[in-house]
Amino acid sequence: MIQLEYFLLLAAALFCIGIYGLVTSRNVIRVLMSIELMLNAVNINLMAFSNYLDPATATGQVFAVFVITIAAAEAAVGLAIVLSIYRNRDTVDMEQFNLLKW
Amino acid sequence: MTLAEGVQLVAFGILTAMMLGSALGVVLLSNIVYSAFLLGGVFISISGLYVLLNAGFVAAAQVLIYVGAVNVLILFGIMLVNKKEAFPEVPRAWIGRAATAIVCIGLFALLSTMVLGTSWTLSTEPAVGDGATVLIGIHLFSDFLLPFELASVLLLMALVGAIILARREYIPDEPSVDGPDALTLPERKRELVSASGADASDL
Repeated sequence: MIQLEYFLLLAAALFCIGIYGLVTSRNVIRVLMSIELMLNAVNINLMAFSNYLDPATATGQVFAVFVITIAAAEAAVGLAIVLSIYRNRDTVDMEQFNLLKW
Repeated sequence: MTLAEGVQLVAFGILTAMMLGSALGVVLLSNIVYSAFLLGGVFISISGLYVLLNAGFVAAAQVLIYVGAVNVLILFGIMLVNKKEAFPEVPRAWIGRAATAIVCIGLFALLSTMVLGTSWTLSTEPAVGDGATVLIGIHLFSDFLLPFELASVLLLMALVGAIILARREYIPDEPSVDGPDALTLPERKRELVSASGADASDL
């Protein structure tokens, strides 16, 4: 029988991979992909809790649907921002987006 | 889920290996196009995990929205900013990478000890299974009605915002009050890219 802990550990591993990619990536699009990984890790957590702790009402699945919706909106706006920055700076290197650096 | 327990365990193992391998590929591979396709693999494996968790509707939504929309959007983004550039080396970049790896491994260890040390009060009620679709619909139109409507407004805002951000913005010298283009958004003239792709770096 698959335990709840397996899913939670899997989600934790995916979240940590996402954080590593978010911090170390140089390419902006890879940063967006890492954010998607982290959102999916949270979704796995919600679904696992929904199935093991509260299987009769499916509230966690509703939360997961909302998170998926927000993630789609975030991806669209994020890519639009990336395109806009790319037009202005002519690069996709995170290290050169330092306009707000003091 | 009516599968035998052994089948469930084997499927969980395969999906876990697929997901973690693809996620590491997304983060570590140097070619961004390979990363984008592996991201699709991650999404499909997660959809399989949802099926194991008795959530067929969310699994289908995951495939439709993530693989069908988000991943394709990311591929289009890669295509639009496809510039082969060698990033200039940052001195002592390995320190940052090592520190990040240590922090991530520490976070994983922390979460693991918390997960394994907690005694979860598992429910003994039977799972709703395929009836979850009906339940989600009832939730969305009764106690989650306000978040549902707010999500629709947010999607509209994201749609308008993405168009505004990605447009070539341009303020014309004299705004045309009437005329054929009075109701159109002013847009900067674009140079056409030659078909040979010699000038493909220009968007």
